[in-house]
Amino acid sequence: MNGRWLVRLGWKLLRLLSLLAAVCFFSFWLVHLSPIDPVQAYIGADMMLVGPEQRQQIEAYWGLDRPPLEQFGRWLASLLHGDFGTSMIYRQPVLDVIAERFWSSFLLLAAAWVLSGIIGFAAGILAAMTRDRWPDRLISWYCYTLAATPTYWLGLVLLLIFSVWLEWFPIGLGVPAGVPAEYVTWQDRLHHMVLPAMALSITGIAPIALHTRQKLLDVLNSEFVLFAKARGFKGWRLLRRHGLRNIALPAISLQFAAFSELFGGTVLVEQVFSYPGLGQALVEAGLRGDVPLLLGLVLFSTLFVYVGNGLADGLYRWIDPRIRKGSAA
Amino acid sequence: MKATVHYPSTASPSPPVRRKGLSGRQRAVLTLLVSLLLIAGIVYFGLSAKPEQLSTDLMARNEAPSLKHWFGTDWLGRDMFARTMAGLLLSMKVGLIGSFSSVLIAASLGLMVAVGGRPADRMVTWLTDLFLSLPHMVTLILIAFVCGGGLKGIVIGVALTHWPNLTRVLRAEVMQLKSAEYVQISRQMGKSGWWVASRHILPHLVPQLLVGWLILFPHAILHEAAITFLGLGLSPHQPAIGVILSEAMRYLTAGMWWLAFFPGLSLLVLVLTLDRLGHHLRSIVDPHEAQR
Repeated sequence: MNGRWLVRLGWKLLRLLSLLAAVCFFSFWLVHLSPIDPVQAYIGADMMLVGPEQRQQIEAYWGLDRPPLEQFGRWLASLLHGDFGTSMIYRQPVLDVIAERFWSSFLLLAAAWVLSGIIGFAAGILAAMTRDRWPDRLISWYCYTLAATPTYWLGLVLLLIFSVWLEWFPIGLGVPAGVPAEYVTWQDRLHHMVLPAMALSITGIAPIALHTRQKLLDVLNSEFVLFAKARGFKGWRLLRRHGLRNIALPAISLQFAAFSELFGGTVLVEQVFSYPGLGQALVEAGLRGDVPLLLGLVLFSTLFVYVGNGLADGLYRWIDPRIRKGSAA
Repeated sequence: MKATVHYPSTASPSPPVRRKGLSGRQRAVLTLLVSLLLIAGIVYFGLSAKPEQLSTDLMARNEAPSLKHWFGTDWLGRDMFARTMAGLLLSMKVGLIGSFSSVLIAASLGLMVAVGGRPADRMVTWLTDLFLSLPHMVTLILIAFVCGGGLKGIVIGVALTHWPNLTRVLRAEVMQLKSAEYVQISRQMGKSGWWVASRHILPHLVPQLLVGWLILFPHAILHEAAITFLGLGLSPHQPAIGVILSEAMRYLTAGMWWLAFFPGLSLLVLVLTLDRLGHHLRSIVDPHEAQR
């Protein structure tokens, strides 16, 4: 059993490595294809001061005159040494930028993840238990509508209602403007985080609620529930004894697998609220041509999504006795 | 098939029964009509937008919605209704091309699984996993950046991000078909892989492709608007819906709520209707879905 588990982990790691290598290659190749001139992108406005000979020297210094495959090899080698290069817009090592941004995004993502998970799960259960009656219709309608809602538009509407009209929450940014960093309290940060987290979780509810509803309906149609009903169980007790265990695990694992959607959502939401997180850094890097930061964020998001999927998969194996025994047998 | 048994209990005197009213097919036809009407309206208003509606009119700046300007006017006096319709038309065009290319990619990968053996299948699965391991937004931003923004970047980005889910569906279908008896017999009779794939498997995939395309279409529209909203997509001079919304963001604090509200709402209605249409059609086409 233990040996098998290790082998599985080894395969997982190998797969992660192959995916990361492919993402590296794919993104390097894309950037190489692009019409962006690395010398000009680095020097920027001072390009007029650089003569053609100097330019050739710079190219030779950076190895730009070598074949692309060799360039790729050198880039990969420095990545493996933990050197992701220096971000051009923040003038800091890429890894530092990512680490700093990750923590402010992490709070936002975690809040939205937990909130949407709990509310979505509860809504899904409610919808399934009241199948085809008005709570179910309302929840289903809500989910379909939210799935079609542009996240950033929802953010704009929330800003309009809560910041402009009601003036309950600040308009954007992660901390109060014009306040020195040491005076910023965690209440301030929380206050600034409420609206973005709300926008993210409101849209995140839809998939988990629909999924839970469908799973619970399947369970309620099964024969063991029929038998339980024959013994007189109904309502909350029936759900607790026979339903919850069957639907909790798929829901949790779906929520872990939703990391990709969550990351995509946070890019848009952070842009609307000017929240200083990873998503905003990604957009800035794309808009202003900061290639090292862009590639670093691409690799980071791949890792992030893979960890989510891996956790979803691992959780299933860990908890569900049917799968655990199936793989051990 | 599992039977649905409902027990009339004393606690709830009204047993939950099947939905009254329209059947699944009738709902699908109704949604089809509504979406056709919607698309026709957008095309009509989008094409008939007069130049003076889109150009600046400094006499009618910052007007709230009225009968003359349904969605109000912006800070340059441009009619927001005309701009929104033109933007939706543009988004639909991009979405159409993007989702169609996506379906083409999915179809060719599905056929590859059908013709090739295990190695082809492994490769397609690996490729699907690769693209699913990157968040859509990240891939879109990367590709838009590489193409230097503009229409080309969006279309390529949308095409490259939307095929994996459909490919998974197609692959499952192909694997099931490949083990079907008539396919086995056809192989035994010496028919080539191509022959089997084109005569026996492809016809089964056509409905899936059509429905898959319809489901991808609204997603493609949403992603186009999102990437344009971030400033990496269509140029700010085009009346794209993402451009409208990102401009409106700057005027929110001035209390001009209509600038953001109505264009976003129209986008929502369009996407919602198309999405519902796709799902209704899928429940008719796909027997697994139909039982639910």
